[in-house]
Amino acid sequence: MVDLPRRSLIAGIAALGAGACAKINESKSTQSLLDAAEDWHRATHRALAGKQGLAPEYSRAERSPTFRGNGTVTVADPFYQEQLAAGFPEWTLEVRGLVETPLALTLADVRALPQRTQITRHDCVEGWSAIGEWQGPQLAALLDAAKVRPEANFILFRCADVLYGRDYYESIDMVDAYHPQTIIAHSLNGEPLPEKNGAPLRMRIERQLGYKQAKYVKAIEAVASFDDIGQGKGGFWEDVAGYQWYAGI
Amino acid sequence: MIRHALSTRLWHWINAAAIIVLFMSGLNISNAHRYLYWGDYGFDAKDAWLSVIKFPAWATIPQYYNLAVARDWHILAAWPFGVGLLFIWIAMLANGHFRRNLATRPADWTPGAVLASVKAHSPGVAARGYNPVQKILYGTVFGVLLPLMVFTGLAISPGFQAAAPWLLDVLGGRQSARSLHFITSWAIFGFVVIHLLLALANWRLILAMITGGGKDPPNPAAVFDEESPANG
Repeated sequence: MVDLPRRSLIAGIAALGAGACAKINESKSTQSLLDAAEDWHRATHRALAGKQGLAPEYSRAERSPTFRGNGTVTVADPFYQEQLAAGFPEWTLEVRGLVETPLALTLADVRALPQRTQITRHDCVEGWSAIGEWQGPQLAALLDAAKVRPEANFILFRCADVLYGRDYYESIDMVDAYHPQTIIAHSLNGEPLPEKNGAPLRMRIERQLGYKQAKYVKAIEAVASFDDIGQGKGGFWEDVAGYQWYAGI
Repeated sequence: MIRHALSTRLWHWINAAAIIVLFMSGLNISNAHRYLYWGDYGFDAKDAWLSVIKFPAWATIPQYYNLAVARDWHILAAWPFGVGLLFIWIAMLANGHFRRNLATRPADWTPGAVLASVKAHSPGVAARGYNPVQKILYGTVFGVLLPLMVFTGLAISPGFQAAAPWLLDVLGGRQSARSLHFITSWAIFGFVVIHLLLALANWRLILAMITGGGKDPPNPAAVFDEESPANG
């Protein structure tokens, strides 16, 4: 008998809790607290690891036997499919936006630049990991060649894939843009990138989660702010699903 | 001398709130990829050592599947949890709580001492302070489970690994760290269940964790006798 009111009390508290949680989640001050936390995380990581601190690199023997493709694994655009079949002879990578000298590079140009090879781990926001060997020029080399203007605060990546009817894009700050492991990869495990992993070019930003590693990159754009791009959150998944822009956790 | 220092009480309730948020949002995160692996990598269900069940919505934060919101809450609550653990360790060492109540002696680890603890804890027997089993359990929670939760959580973060790559080596790789994070969370859940059952059986203990418990610690056995029949 004593148990009955107690049980309904617990159920009441639980219901109150669930209702309160929904309210807490929707409130403006909660959202600003969560946004502030994202800034603390970035600041803490940068303070602890330094701006140039490296993500671990692995040996060839430690690579995963295959490399999972996730998100977009095939691009519908007919021009893309035609280029894929032919080995991307007419694919161009533009470097544009707030730069002194906009560039348009072919895949051969990208391969002719000084290269970095790194065997790194790719961590998906969902929890899984894969390890692969990537090769490509450092983003810093392209940004230096294009001469980024001082007003630029972010580097934005425009992609060829369309997901849920929207163009995929991503963005990073200047610290990650000039990080030594930030490369534009054209090869995975010694082979040209497969379609599912972002052929012909994809970003590697090794201290952040998988959704930041933009695939099928068409253009690299220096911007002062990403407020007017997409829905203003700095990336496809940030806009669509509310994922954190800083994906270091 | 009050039963529970202010630092203990403050930490206890903040930590309790943090653990509830962490555990429930963690179940939501687990639903995003329900497979656990050992080593550095793992993405294929057929390589998993464990396929975890899909946790029901009522058990998760938020109360529907949303990885982004769950992650927001999880990494926010991780701050009071991690900083709080550092705080309570410093406080316990400084105020003598650890040395007085939690530190074990070699004699506490003998089967005889463990058996005596269980007997002494049964109703009707006066027990003051913490017995060897309680010391070992609390010590495991403070010294192993809670710190392991913090370190495995940090190791999973790709941004933090640049600061402490050794952490991944110690834990056997990112997917091992993720598996340990999951296992340890359930070990803590198990502790919380036992802790709650014992506390609910003697609700004055809960009151003492709020008020501090007055000057003279009441005889737990006497309190137990008084209240236990109603609780059945």
